[in-house]
Amino acid sequence: MVEWTDFERATIQDIFSKMDYESVGHNALARCLVVYPWTQRYFGNFGNLYNAAAIMGNPKVAAHGAVVLHGLDRAVKNMDNIKATYAELSVLHSEKLHVDPDNFRLLADCLTIVVASRLGTGFTADVQAAFQKFLAVVGSALTKQYH
Amino acid sequence: MSLSAKDKNAIKGFWDKIAPEAENIGADALARMLVVYPQTKTYFSHWQDLSPGSAPVRKHGKTVMSGVAEAVSKIDDLTNGLLTLSELHAFQLRVDPANFKILSHNLLVVLAIQFPSDFTPEVHVAMDKFLSAVALALSEKYR
Repeated sequence: MVEWTDFERATIQDIFSKMDYESVGHNALARCLVVYPWTQRYFGNFGNLYNAAAIMGNPKVAAHGAVVLHGLDRAVKNMDNIKATYAELSVLHSEKLHVDPDNFRLLADCLTIVVASRLGTGFTADVQAAFQKFLAVVGSALTKQYH
Repeated sequence: MSLSAKDKNAIKGFWDKIAPEAENIGADALARMLVVYPQTKTYFSHWQDLSPGSAPVRKHGKTVMSGVAEAVSKIDDLTNGLLTLSELHAFQLRVDPANFKILSHNLLVVLAIQFPSDFTPEVHVAMDKFLSAVALALSEKYR
């Protein structure tokens, strides 16, 4: 069972309650596809991903970024039960999407950077620690059903 | 994943913008690393105060960033240019090279906070590649 401090719980709720899911999701996924281009392997049917501008302007990337962020919302609302909450999604990512779990870490890093740039100095070291812990727990839960 | 001419231009251009804030960037990145990745504190047991903003953290952040500055100036041959620093890290400091990645990540987070509009995805990928190349050069003498 993951132990969350009061600070960590409050921080996660605070960050997500103020977040523009569409914008952050779009930017984080696009950044991931630019910074770690091998992640494009999962998006063969997204059309033009030839350069950073194309990726940033691609409507499928924007739409999918929002899907991912809304998926994260489930963990935000079930922080004491993330592993069970994501059991089905874990099976999906393993059996159907065949996503290398290392990608969860890569996307998490891009999300951290996008959220950091939005919150500015409000993204203190303690807030960063809570946010990264949350994303690590999510990544671990999503990896749980892989075999 | 070597640095293209486009990467080098992006890095040098971005470095010119951020260089005046180098000390603050280094101090903030180091402070974050010590908080977010507490295992990194094991390298600084000789410091009295490991909290963000403390004197040893600020001083060491400055030291680290002058190393990064040196790497920017030697961007065309990092392996040879950083040999002395590599020997330092390999033989004296004996920092596990996994930690280079950790510090690099925290540097990128600080850059995103302090330069939100300049730290575009293109600059981000160039800087990530650059810091990885620096880490590789620093690991050169380890074994």
